[in-house]
Amino acid sequence: MHRDEPIEKHTIAVLVDNEAGVLARVIGLFSGRGYNIESLTVAEVNHTEGLSRITIVTSGTPAVIEQIKAQLERLVPVHKVGDLTTEGPSVEREMALVKVASTGDHRVESLRLADAFRARVIDTTTGSFTFEITGDSAKIDAFVDLMKPLGLVDVSRTGVVAIKRGPEAM
Amino acid sequence: MPPEATDRRLSGAEMVIKALIDQGVDTIFGYPGGAVLPIYDALFQQNSIRHILVRHEQGAVHAAEGYARSTGKPGVVLVTSGPGATNAVTGLVDALMDSVPIVCLTGQVPTHLIGSDAFQEADTVGITRAGTKHNYLVKDVNKLSETIHEAFFVATNGRPGPVVVDLPKDIQIEKGDYLGSPQTRHRSYQPQVKGDLAAITEAVELIASAKRPIFYTGGGIINSGPGASQLLREFVRMTGYPITSTLMGLGCYPASDKQWLGMLGMHGTYEANLAMHDCDVMINIGARFDDRITGRLDAFSPGSKKIHVDIDRSSINKNVHVDVGIVGDAGHVIEDMIKVWKSKVHKPDAKALEAWWAQIDEWRGADCLAYQNSDEVIMPQYALQRLNALTRDKKPFITTEVGQHQMWAAQFIEFDDPNHWMTSGGLGTMGYGMPAAIGVQLAHPDALVIDVAGEASILMNIQEFSTAVQHELPIKIFILNNEYMGMVRQWQDITYDGRYSHSYSDSLPDFVKLAEAMHGVGLRAEKPGEVDDVINEMMSIDRPVIVDCQVAKLENCFPMVPSGAAHNEILLSAEQAGLERQDDLSLV
Repeated sequence: MHRDEPIEKHTIAVLVDNEAGVLARVIGLFSGRGYNIESLTVAEVNHTEGLSRITIVTSGTPAVIEQIKAQLERLVPVHKVGDLTTEGPSVEREMALVKVASTGDHRVESLRLADAFRARVIDTTTGSFTFEITGDSAKIDAFVDLMKPLGLVDVSRTGVVAIKRGPEAM
Repeated sequence: MPPEATDRRLSGAEMVIKALIDQGVDTIFGYPGGAVLPIYDALFQQNSIRHILVRHEQGAVHAAEGYARSTGKPGVVLVTSGPGATNAVTGLVDALMDSVPIVCLTGQVPTHLIGSDAFQEADTVGITRAGTKHNYLVKDVNKLSETIHEAFFVATNGRPGPVVVDLPKDIQIEKGDYLGSPQTRHRSYQPQVKGDLAAITEAVELIASAKRPIFYTGGGIINSGPGASQLLREFVRMTGYPITSTLMGLGCYPASDKQWLGMLGMHGTYEANLAMHDCDVMINIGARFDDRITGRLDAFSPGSKKIHVDIDRSSINKNVHVDVGIVGDAGHVIEDMIKVWKSKVHKPDAKALEAWWAQIDEWRGADCLAYQNSDEVIMPQYALQRLNALTRDKKPFITTEVGQHQMWAAQFIEFDDPNHWMTSGGLGTMGYGMPAAIGVQLAHPDALVIDVAGEASILMNIQEFSTAVQHELPIKIFILNNEYMGMVRQWQDITYDGRYSHSYSDSLPDFVKLAEAMHGVGLRAEKPGEVDDVINEMMSIDRPVIVDCQVAKLENCFPMVPSGAAHNEILLSAEQAGLERQDDLSLV
């Protein structure tokens, strides 16, 4: 509708019934209507009430972001949709497991950088380290970039989880 | 387990029947098959629900749509697994696009075979996920009845739509506890029906201050129930403002009223489209700014403030940015608008309104639906004018297929009441009209039900004529036979220099003999002088009738806002579209 509007990145939290097919509904909505998914995480957050929380990082013009939220709200198993980007301050975290295979100077350097990034070694062999790192996505991007020349062989990322600051729930 | 407890338990199939009876269902449309045999057996042993055997599952869903749209009650479908379910998909998507409440029960292979590529297995919930409002796969017999009740709640509340309940065969056989009732709701899905009063007040201020207002109404008013149409009439008369409607909303306001401008959109009237383009306040109630309505978006009604009432929040600001959005049910919101209007003692700007009506009358003077009639050849518009004139006092229910005949029917048949017009608007499904007419006739046994059809569309679900014969439903199929997929041919005229690629209806059946072969009645009109007689004869026959009305072959449907054009670029005639008038009488 407003083609010259800027593209914005939003983190959206969706509280859903933890039932079969609910993730397919959410993903199908994004693919069917041509919206972007930059990252998506999902897990049950309330076992007694059977609720799962989906965190989606998406991008689009303000009008598209509005549409995404309205479309999500209209899915039958969706309880609540929150836009963590616009509804006051929030914190976002992502975790990654980063495997680096190297020896000698590279091995030492990767360990030193990991320390600077507060990454932990969670597995090691004589030729490799696996680091666990937590932070915002930019921090993880930076760490992964630094590891590339030092023998990076594998990365596994969780995608973003986010929560509102302050005492209130979403 | 004590014997009393055992007695109270029902098989899944018995629960299905009980749940439908508890929901007040009197008619279901279906087709049996291996995976629904237990339900068909339970159906055999009861007399509360009438089952209408169709000839193809697509027909079952369209028939249920016709039933639903003419009654306001949900339509119910029962089909088997695999091909039964996939055949139903077109109907389900049709119901989704046009917001028709449907509950579709599909059989599924037994739970232990799911995922094994079993005979007649299809991933029905996967396939229908994007084509329904919601769907369920029942894997526990103790959840079956509650799920069906919930399905009815979801299908009929908020913006209505189709809901699929997939029932594995072993669940139909297993015994369990019957839970839930028609009062069952959904734990999180609770649509908002009352509009925000502050927004309504703001909207009414805007409406009262308008100098060139227009009501733009749609199917949401019909879906809200006959009360919403009554309230709309009251409000529109109170303001004295002009009103137009989408294809889906025809009947929400009487076509005979002087404030009525006719349908808007691609084949809407000149006055409706220009009034939309030039208005200063647009009051959209229950319509969704579809591309067939707006034309080119950046040229759509550029100078107006826009109010949009819709029960679906995602419809607001989806295609067109509006100034006041109100989420709520059309009937509730109009009722509140009237209250606010009265309490503030609003008076429209009489002088501005007079000038606006003078402008509209000038546009009306273009006589945009005029056509060149003939003594030799039946013009399609003429046939529909006569159909309208001769049947109107019977308040007929009209269904259509999709194409030129559908647009002419929308232009020339005048509706005074809601729920009398069933057409496939959103999906544009050829083959919709005859099964829909069957559903309408079942709900209204004594009414005159006419499917205005084209010769190409009717062949898409012609098998359902047998359904009408079997169930003694005296539907009337009025085919405007021009031997072309007329709307395709019209676009080929306008956009492809008249290269008629595969749009000629070759090797047509003899529709009169076809009707007779299927144990119905066939009639034919070939000359304008025969039209009245054929229509009268058609009405006098208490059996299914097919009328083969042979019309001018190359007539095109105007006015037309070409795809991607603005409302004020509307074409009034073939000449204006740069087409030579080819409908030479010698060609017919």
